[in-house]
Amino acid sequence: MEIQLRVNGKPQQSSVEPRLLLVHYLRDVLGLTGTHIGCETSICGACTVLLDGQAVKSCTLLAVQATGGEITTIEGLASNAQKGSGNGAAGNGALHAVQEGFWEKHGLQCGYCTPGMILAAVDLLQRKKNPNEREIRTALSGNLCRCTGYQHIVEAVQYAAKKMSARKPLKMAASSGRTP
Amino acid sequence: MIPASFEYQAPKTLDEALRLVERHGDEAKLLAGGHSLLPLMKLRLATPRYVIDIGHLRGMSYIREENGQIAIGALTTHTEIEQSALLASKCPLLPETAAQIGDVQVRNRGTIGGSLAHADPGADYPAAILALDAEIIAANTSGTRTIPARDFFVDMLTTQLHPGEILTQIRIAPRRAQSGAAYEKLHQPASGFAIVGVAANVLLGEGGKTIEQAAIGITGLSARAFRAEAVERALSGKHISEKVIEDASRNGAEGVEPLSDLHASGEYRREMARVFTRRAVARAIVAARGDA
Ligand SMILES: Cc1cc2nc3c(=O)[nH]c(=O)nc-3n(C[C@H](O)[C@H](O)[C@H](O)COP(=O)(O)OP(=O)(O)OC[C@H]3O[C@@H](n4cnc5c(N)ncnc54)[C@H](O)[C@@H]3O)c2cc1C
Ligand code: FES
Ligand code: FES
Repeated sequence: MEIQLRVNGKPQQSSVEPRLLLVHYLRDVLGLTGTHIGCETSICGACTVLLDGQAVKSCTLLAVQATGGEITTIEGLASNAQKGSGNGAAGNGALHAVQEGFWEKHGLQCGYCTPGMILAAVDLLQRKKNPNEREIRTALSGNLCRCTGYQHIVEAVQYAAKKMSARKPLKMAASSGRTP
Repeated sequence: MIPASFEYQAPKTLDEALRLVERHGDEAKLLAGGHSLLPLMKLRLATPRYVIDIGHLRGMSYIREENGQIAIGALTTHTEIEQSALLASKCPLLPETAAQIGDVQVRNRGTIGGSLAHADPGADYPAAILALDAEIIAANTSGTRTIPARDFFVDMLTTQLHPGEILTQIRIAPRRAQSGAAYEKLHQPASGFAIVGVAANVLLGEGGKTIEQAAIGITGLSARAFRAEAVERALSGKHISEKVIEDASRNGAEGVEPLSDLHASGEYRREMARVFTRRAVARAIVAARGDA
């Protein structure tokens, strides 16, 4: 079956078996191994990617269901990764604010959960500019981490929220107030 | 964890989908959000020969007012329901319930039609749909019919839907003045499914001192979600007091056979039905008074 979709800004056309899971398509067909497989049972969130801007668990989607859609994986998040080669390896541009937050606040130890955590956090920050701690924990409840105890992950997301909302006033010249 | 092979079909219209389900009968499964079906297919507990993907029929995803009722398309996702401004003002019970389903990723994909058609005994919407006296619209190639929520849930994973039918819409009456609703849930910590979930919808009398009508939907407790009529009887017409609510809540599990599994024994579920019924009714009354 023919599918057409965009992955990290780049159009892809592939012939796949209908039963191929999206996560296997990304990892095995496109070589984008930043998307991890943890539980394979829709619980852990390690396989989280964005489909049309929304966080989804790619182990619980068929690749054919993503036809016509726009996928963002961890490889596509840094600023000029999207212009890089298909596997995103050329993305040596500035990190996304959430990636930077995980770096600055030690939001990871082994890193297994990290790509999924980051994409779930991006989904949250698109919907809510300044989430409080409870909102962050709720939004990340579909992502399990066996190392950090979550505290540093919450701080990483708070760091990113602050950085992302600080950018806005620069554009709106005179306004100095924080966006609500 | 890879599904068995199947033939994939992605109809472009509802009519085409209806013809396909009619033609393939038992050999076919509809695919909406896939968040109940794909886990079963990965475990090979479901091995359909044909998968008919209706997920791309965006025309079946909407929330709108129609002839004084609220109409929700079967493919509306849990996230869309959670975030709907129309529902927040006209039927807040539904967004409140949607927000308690699974996690963000599950809510971004799962659909209300899929959840109701699947009828998992621990699913959340059934409790709310029952307490709201919603109507469920089903279509086949010869037309549509309306099924009252009360009649819809038959048994574990079994509904009134016939083979060849597609659930197309859910209809709900907007909330009335002096009425209020709440959903209270004990969730299973790993998946989020309800061990027990209780939706209470109450209509208060003038001045907010009495309960005129109560509708209580309970999920998780038994093989199918049901209306707790014994609780409703014990509340209707009564002067509101803690004791009335407490006593009525004891009837939450009356006449039902509680499920017992590794997450909770039947006895524990029965006790939790009492606790969560009390909480839901108390909060529904607060919501109704807030309106007065
Ligand atoms: C990790 C995880 C946690 C979850 N936690 C919860 C929870 O806490 N509470 C909860 O309520 N649910 C929970 N769910 C289930 C989730 O809400 C599902 O999305 C929902 O039950 C099914 O909707 P779907 O659109 O994904 O349906 P699908 O999986 O696509 O379909 C489910 C079944 O319904 C049939 N079907 C689908 N649409 C129609 C239709 N329009 N007409 C007729 N038949 C149809 C399909 O053929 C299939 O048999 C969870 C799921 C996962 C994976
Ligand atoms: S691998 Fe997809 S949720 Fe765990
Ligand atoms: S950093 Fe190891 S699982 Fe999260």
